Amino acid sequence: MSDWWVHPASILILGGLLLRWVPARFKRAYLLLVPLLVFGRILGLTHGTFGQVQFLEWTLVFGRVDALSTVFGYIMSLMCLLGTLYGLHVRDDGQHLAAWTYVGGSLGAIYAGDLLTLFLFWELMALSSVFLIWCRRRPESLGAGFRYLLVHTAGGVALLAGIVLHGQATGGDLTFGAFDVKAPTLATYLIMTGFILNAAVPPLHAWLPDAYGEATFNGSVFLCAFTTKTAVYALCRGFAGMEILVPLGVIMALYGVVYAVLENDCRRLLAYHIISQVGYMVAGVGLGTELAINGACAHAFAHILYKGLLFMGCGAVLHMTGQSKFTELGGLYQKMPWTFLFTLLGGLSISAFPLFSGFVSKSMIVAAGFEEHKLWAGFLLMLASVGTFLHTGLKVPYFIWFGKNHCRPETWARAAEPPWNMNAAMAVASILCVFIGCYTPYLYQMLPYPVDYHPYTAYHVSETLQVLLFTAVGFFLLIRKLEPEPTISLDMDWFYRMGGRAFRWLARQPVQLLDTCVGELYRVAGMVPLMRSARLAGRFDQSVIDGLVDGLAHSIRGLGQRLRAVQRGHVQQSLAVALGVAALFILLFLLFSSDPR
Amino acid sequence: MRLLRWIEFLRNRLRTVVWVCLVVLGLLVVVDALPGLVDKEHHAHTAPERWPAFWAVFGFVGCVALIVLSKWFGHAGIMQREDYYDE
Repeated sequence: MSDWWVHPASILILGGLLLRWVPARFKRAYLLLVPLLVFGRILGLTHGTFGQVQFLEWTLVFGRVDALSTVFGYIMSLMCLLGTLYGLHVRDDGQHLAAWTYVGGSLGAIYAGDLLTLFLFWELMALSSVFLIWCRRRPESLGAGFRYLLVHTAGGVALLAGIVLHGQATGGDLTFGAFDVKAPTLATYLIMTGFILNAAVPPLHAWLPDAYGEATFNGSVFLCAFTTKTAVYALCRGFAGMEILVPLGVIMALYGVVYAVLENDCRRLLAYHIISQVGYMVAGVGLGTELAINGACAHAFAHILYKGLLFMGCGAVLHMTGQSKFTELGGLYQKMPWTFLFTLLGGLSISAFPLFSGFVSKSMIVAAGFEEHKLWAGFLLMLASVGTFLHTGLKVPYFIWFGKNHCRPETWARAAEPPWNMNAAMAVASILCVFIGCYTPYLYQMLPYPVDYHPYTAYHVSETLQVLLFTAVGFFLLIRKLEPEPTISLDMDWFYRMGGRAFRWLARQPVQLLDTCVGELYRVAGMVPLMRSARLAGRFDQSVIDGLVDGLAHSIRGLGQRLRAVQRGHVQQSLAVALGVAALFILLFLLFSSDPR
Repeated sequence: MRLLRWIEFLRNRLRTVVWVCLVVLGLLVVVDALPGLVDKEHHAHTAPERWPAFWAVFGFVGCVALIVLSKWFGHAGIMQREDYYDE
């Protein structure tokens, strides 16, 4: 082992394990202290390779600190702090432990220098995050959690298979670096499948809205940040320039937007917009130029903050009203104006309005697309921006805080501004979103490559404002078509949800029928002849064997009875007769044998 | 609750707010058409981007198309009752 190096993840996981022994009055301070320590630790990290451990024939690297891992480590630990502040009042140690272990898994994967360590933390993330879904303790949460776990296990198996094949091909070298994207092998594709499943690339994406819509109000704030963005990090590290990721990313960006139109649950709508926004990042990784990778990292950074903020806003509505469906909400601006303002700021950031964070990050990827002469990608990503503003910037705020009031009396009575800590977390996230949008060097200096990009040109501002404001015109003209409907949308999870049901039917019907047939066949062909032969043998035994044995016994008894007739009187009498006869014989013998001579 | 008063203030003057927004939209298109203000020669990647109000039309048409096509797609069998997965 190399010199002593404190892994940021170890602080979180250890801190989480000790949580239950912290006295109640210190708990809130402790809950803030641990993420602050982690953030401080990450700020203090110097570039280099640390925490090397020899394991069998491999060297595990727990601490590879470079420009790429630093920017992701920074934003993950910052988000951990904000997420913990948001859920500070939650009295459920298990949930805090799960959230911190989950963040620890993400940080571990980000700083991992080899594929085995990456896999270890990758699985830790999946295993710990599922508790954030189960902790909601609804019957639906249980099913959603199991589906989440099963899908991620499948992804983990693909990743592990890829790692094993990769290790075989490289002669045991499992360093996690850039893969050969020009000549991908089966191992490369398997590892990429593991990564893009976590990045929620269609058709491997349905776990995301399924799980994030069902998690606890603060669990979703964590979930929305870590799994997909850790996958973006892994893609940036391993697959920069992988051509197929460009069309996949563009499909993602539009897919999420289309499903967001149909969605009635605000948190599921936001979840579909994660897919859409991660699509930009995946496309950026596929483009692979320095500008595109910078764009992917910058967008991941900005996205974690504004998506966290949006999930905080909708989570606050869920927490305070118990509802998350548009058909159960409306007109809440009177009760929760500050939550509205924060959510609106998040919506403007994700929509990439000038002066907000999305504007300075998303445009880098679109610009990289145009610069690489992938015009179709550039225009389609612009179209996805239209959809983003349409839903997250307009539909979410309008149908929750304005629009027709669908609230039931008890919902309306419950609705109020959330506790101070939730408001504080939203306020800090909002300030950061505006700060990043206004002061670009803060983000740009953290990016892995030097940045020579200026978002605030007259053309770019004019282009963005036109696209977004005329989208708003379309929204208000077609608002009747967008009225929420109490439906759910079928997605790719249909295949495994109904597939599971089909499997159960298969087990119940044909397999059981076959089992009955085999049983019947066994009965008719095996049991019945066996019983018959047993019955015959029984009869043979009774009549022949028993007859023989009984007959013998009968004869012996008869003989005995006959012999008994011969035998009579007492023993003494018989003995006297016998002795008399014997004496008589002796006397006769002596008489006739004496010589007369 | 100063924020709430602000929101009420704007809601009570909805007509004015809409007019201000329409003026802003008009100004945007006008400003975009002035070459002295918006340099399209260096930034536009394709010929259509140089047309005046191209991005305004793009935004509006894109928005309408997304809503109409998505709703059509949804009503073609994707949107189902909430108890669809219940047994």
